[in-house]
Amino acid sequence: MSAKKTERLLNLVICLLATRRFLTVQQIRSAVPGYDQDTEEAFRRMFERDKDELRELGIPLETGTNSAAHEDEPGYRIARRDYELPDIALEADEAAAVGLAARLWQSAPLAGATGSALMKLRAAGIDAPAAPALLEPRVAASEPAFPGCWEAVRDRRPVRFAYRATGRPAPELRTVEPWGVVSWRGRWYLVGFDTDRQAQRVFRLSRVVGEVEPAGEPGSVTPPGDVDLRAAVERMAADEPRHVATVRLRAGAGWELRREATSTRADDDGWDVVEVGFSDPERLADRVAGYGADAVVLSPPEARAAVVSRLRALVAT
Amino acid sequence: MSGTSAQLSRLLALLPWLLARPGTRIADVAAEFGISEARLRKELDLLWVCGLPGHGPGDLIDFSFEGDTVTVIETAGVERPLRLTVDEALALVVALRALAETPGLRDRDAVDRALAKVEQAAGESAAPAERVEVALEGEERVLPVVQAALDAGRQLHLSYYVPSRDETTDRDVDPMRVLVVEGRTYLEAWCRRTEGVRLFRLDRVEDVALLDTPAQPPPEARPRDVSQGLFVPSPDTTLVTLALRPAAAWVAEYHPCESVQESSDGGLTVRLRVADLAWARRLVLRLGPHVRVLGPPELASDVRAEAALALSAYGDEGRSG
Repeated sequence: MSAKKTERLLNLVICLLATRRFLTVQQIRSAVPGYDQDTEEAFRRMFERDKDELRELGIPLETGTNSAAHEDEPGYRIARRDYELPDIALEADEAAAVGLAARLWQSAPLAGATGSALMKLRAAGIDAPAAPALLEPRVAASEPAFPGCWEAVRDRRPVRFAYRATGRPAPELRTVEPWGVVSWRGRWYLVGFDTDRQAQRVFRLSRVVGEVEPAGEPGSVTPPGDVDLRAAVERMAADEPRHVATVRLRAGAGWELRREATSTRADDDGWDVVEVGFSDPERLADRVAGYGADAVVLSPPEARAAVVSRLRALVAT
Repeated sequence: MSGTSAQLSRLLALLPWLLARPGTRIADVAAEFGISEARLRKELDLLWVCGLPGHGPGDLIDFSFEGDTVTVIETAGVERPLRLTVDEALALVVALRALAETPGLRDRDAVDRALAKVEQAAGESAAPAERVEVALEGEERVLPVVQAALDAGRQLHLSYYVPSRDETTDRDVDPMRVLVVEGRTYLEAWCRRTEGVRLFRLDRVEDVALLDTPAQPPPEARPRDVSQGLFVPSPDTTLVTLALRPAAAWVAEYHPCESVQESSDGGLTVRLRVADLAWARRLVLRLGPHVRVLGPPELASDVRAEAALALSAYGDEGRSG
């Protein structure tokens, strides 16, 4: 981290902000201390790198010529109205809301982004309190694929990645035009258009294996206007009941099944009978088997068979 | 961001910050920017030699120091901070929107107003926010009562479902705060029954009642640090080793594991710590043919016994085959 470089860059920003006319590279070279290279070549290379650094920070460099009539050499300047954070005045409760929101993200890259956003807001005179509130929302983005997908969504750029779908032993390569990312029940999902399958798909980011690689140009993806991102994820993640199972539960047990039951009645001896919707007998069997001897599926036959074969397999291990 | 970029970014914010707050103590400025006083002084020295071209009188950045305070008297034109980058705008706008839609949030109006102002200040940079959604689930049933207890400083009576035992227990608690972590809402409270700080997931609260007794968490009731996630391994946990077929690989995603190894059939061998073997038994029963218990042995025999008992309820179907 070089103090000289920081000085030079700061002087460059100050110089370009102050000027109304476009400044040529020669004018910049004489006006800004620190560009005393031996050769023109060395100076140009250094100036190119400096421009990149400014752009990386989001500083808007404007290029143009001062006079339309003459073929002036193109120059640079920074328009103050493009550089400056617009005026923003927050009431105390609004500032508190911003402070709370800024603490939402638990991990990079978003935690860093809100941190630096907050620094700019404070530099504009806003004081967002750091004191924790009673309700403290938190969202993590710990999936390694998250930064790649976030950037792809932000830049509207297609991506390619290896994906391990449910029940498939080996990851498969997928190419996707990203429409959006969703955080749901603490997990991140990518919603987009699978170009091989020519259909909308939802991907759980924790199942992405390895890197998320760009597979096209930024700005080349246009998400359809009517996509409901959250609904797409909820549909993928939840079961849609199509059949009804009757399950006998010991009193006080099977609490989560009882929550979803469409009806409950008392049976004999401290047992109840509930009716529960299900779409896939195997998934119902998953849940009922979890209750062990506290739950018995009475009907339909395919649900009973699924549980019995599950239990037999467990006894045989 | 490179080291120079981070420093430049800070300096461009420092000048307007100081301009807005004349006569601030240097120690407070350093604290605000998260750097040491020594570092801040070095940066002020750096700023002192920068300024408008020519570096003549009035061109250079200048400060005045009085006692232990600093005031900027010449900014060389750096009076306002830089606008928000796309990532900064996006991160802040998405966070505010998520906050605005949290069920049970009380000051929704302030969040909406703040959101409108930030969106306006961010301009086009916030456009990608349309493509990001964060679903924070609050709890409409229970949360209002919990918040009433926090506001009034009173105890709560909870009927709480404990999954590993598949039973509901009753307890009195002293509420401390509400957290939303990993998409779910929790009450952190001092539990009078277990004499410890506990996190209660609001969607597992079967019943809640506000009590007249004042809430007085004892001095040892300290908030849990959830920055690393919810699960905090404790010394009295049991190590469980499971061989997971690919269809059960989701377990490694849902539960923090001490180790995860890929096996040749595309499955995983995982080692995880559990506070309660009954929970592990329930998990194994759920996973059925997709899991094999590699350890501890008592878990494997528990599972077999429970499965056999369950099977006996199926009469002939359970016996034949």
